[in-house]
Amino acid sequence: MKFAESPVLAPPLPSWRARAVLVLVAGALAALGGRAFYLQGLNRDFLQAKGESRYSRVLELPAHRGRILDRNGEALAISTPVKSIWAIPDDVTLARGDLERAAAALDVPRAELRKRLAGADRDFVFLKRQVPPEVADRVASLGIAGVYQSTEYRRYYPGGEATAQLLGFTSVDEKGQEGVELGYEKVLAGHPGTRRVIKDRRGQVVEDLKGSRPAQEGEDLILALDSRIQSIAYGRLRAAVERNRARAGGIVVLDAVTGELLALANLPTYNPNNRNSLSASALRNRAVVDTFEPGSTLKPFSIAAALEAHRVSPRTPIQTAPGTLTIGPATIRDAHPAGELTVAQVLQKSSNVGAAKIALMLRPEYLWSLFEGVGFGHAPELGFPGEANGKVRPYKTWKPIEQATMSYGHGISVSLMQLARAYTIFARDGALLPLSLAKRPAPPAGQPVVAPATARAVRDMLELAVQPGGTGPRAQIMGYRVAGKTGTAHKQENGAYAADKYVSSFVGLAPASNPRLIVAVMIDEPSAGEYYGGSVAAPVFAEVMSGALRLLGVPPDAPMRPIELPSPSAEIRESV
Amino acid sequence: MTRLTVLLLALLAACALSLVTSQHQARKLFAGLEREQARTKALDVEWGQLQLEARTWALPSRIEKIAHERLGMSAPDPRRVQLLPRDRRPAGEGAR
Repeated sequence: MKFAESPVLAPPLPSWRARAVLVLVAGALAALGGRAFYLQGLNRDFLQAKGESRYSRVLELPAHRGRILDRNGEALAISTPVKSIWAIPDDVTLARGDLERAAAALDVPRAELRKRLAGADRDFVFLKRQVPPEVADRVASLGIAGVYQSTEYRRYYPGGEATAQLLGFTSVDEKGQEGVELGYEKVLAGHPGTRRVIKDRRGQVVEDLKGSRPAQEGEDLILALDSRIQSIAYGRLRAAVERNRARAGGIVVLDAVTGELLALANLPTYNPNNRNSLSASALRNRAVVDTFEPGSTLKPFSIAAALEAHRVSPRTPIQTAPGTLTIGPATIRDAHPAGELTVAQVLQKSSNVGAAKIALMLRPEYLWSLFEGVGFGHAPELGFPGEANGKVRPYKTWKPIEQATMSYGHGISVSLMQLARAYTIFARDGALLPLSLAKRPAPPAGQPVVAPATARAVRDMLELAVQPGGTGPRAQIMGYRVAGKTGTAHKQENGAYAADKYVSSFVGLAPASNPRLIVAVMIDEPSAGEYYGGSVAAPVFAEVMSGALRLLGVPPDAPMRPIELPSPSAEIRESV
Repeated sequence: MTRLTVLLLALLAACALSLVTSQHQARKLFAGLEREQARTKALDVEWGQLQLEARTWALPSRIEKIAHERLGMSAPDPRRVQLLPRDRRPAGEGAR
């Protein structure tokens, strides 16, 4: 029997029943469609986000801080991962002996550890930050619940004490705190990114999702520094500071062609890899942030000003007898009265009276504009934090006695960096070079300050000053012509000059025929007997300069003759 | 009619299976990529540490000390250094 012939179908049904079923089914279908549209059309984004949040995770992408390299690509500062151990105090369950073992592994006193874990008001506490991976593994192997580890970066400085103030250091969170690390924070800092992923049941990432932000790694910074020269400079300065029992010292080595900073060292110093015992004095980047009265190292500028103004020539005679010069109530003295000297000899013998007389031939404005022109009174803008401006008082307030003392470097203050930079005018035929901490692709254009002839004339006089008969014969180097000037100044203390406290300095350049390097040395309060710049600072200059010239392969410009030193009694002591 | 149905059914099954396979492949390759990226990172870290180590061993002050104390070396006296000009050949070889 076929279905259509079934007798059950024979009785007629009321037609509304079929229609009612149709309406019901259509209504249900419409409701489903509406709901589907509501969920998938109108509420889609919300629901998708809700869904993803059930299986997607946001991962943090750490970013490295850039390395700091020297000009030859040697690493000066590198970040490397270390572990930090932290805990959620409420979750920590300590078995017997766990606390002792953890304290031993972390090298933290037991009481301290217990105190930290008892901090019930906090739900996160660091047990120890920045431990080496081996220590972290040992702690992990204890298997204490509620104790976790995370990766952080720590900065290492292979150069240690030699580059301490130059490079500075970073905080635990890798933010620059001092030196280059602070000055170049924007370049070096990395910016962590995030990544949205799907993780499976086992915690493995199976798929990337949209909405990731890639990590921006910090850029590497290539300094102009030459770590070999830096090592020599630091080593010799350290030896000199110890030998002279000095309070502090600083040294700056500049490339006289490009204005790049090749070395910068300060003492006292500290170990940047272990900063447990930091003192404020060790932190100071003295060569850049501290100023001092330079003394006779400033005389070449007064004489350059007089030559530039055509008031004198190198051979003009200046009467320095009787070795004193009285201006108003004050008297300027020479250590050894010398009678009549030429301008060149004034610089060679470092006569205060001569320098004062030459400076007094000039209008104050003229001398002032030269000081301004060589960068005194303005920060050298290397990119270090806290560069000192130095102090040059406005010329309108100058009295004659002040103009006279400024000519030999008193009543004016400069930083060692400024002083070294100012000497670029003698190296570069009258042009002042802008300095650079970063490596330069090409030599920059200098700012002309004095005429080339003036600069060369002063350079010749500076050569005389380091020969026997000058104040700095110990600055001589075998095989090279050297030009330079000694400085010895009384230190100011509470507004008066201290009788037995000195700053000894030496600034010079070599080879004098075509200068490649400028080295400036400052030794603060030498107290082992000697205090003249010619006997304290000049030997450091000679050692560092000869080492650096040899490293750079600069061809000698003088015959190889042993250095002639005058007998101790014949040595010229400069005026202080 | 029936043949067409069977054919389509087979096609559907094949498509479904290939989807599963390719998804599986994608997951496997992705896991591989993840592993390699992790390795890159680990090697990067190791490189940094090796650089540090190399730098520490090669510190100029350390080399100077070893050269001086252990090897008994010193910088030559400048008078014993012979300089050869770069543009001319040393004597004895130049004349031709």
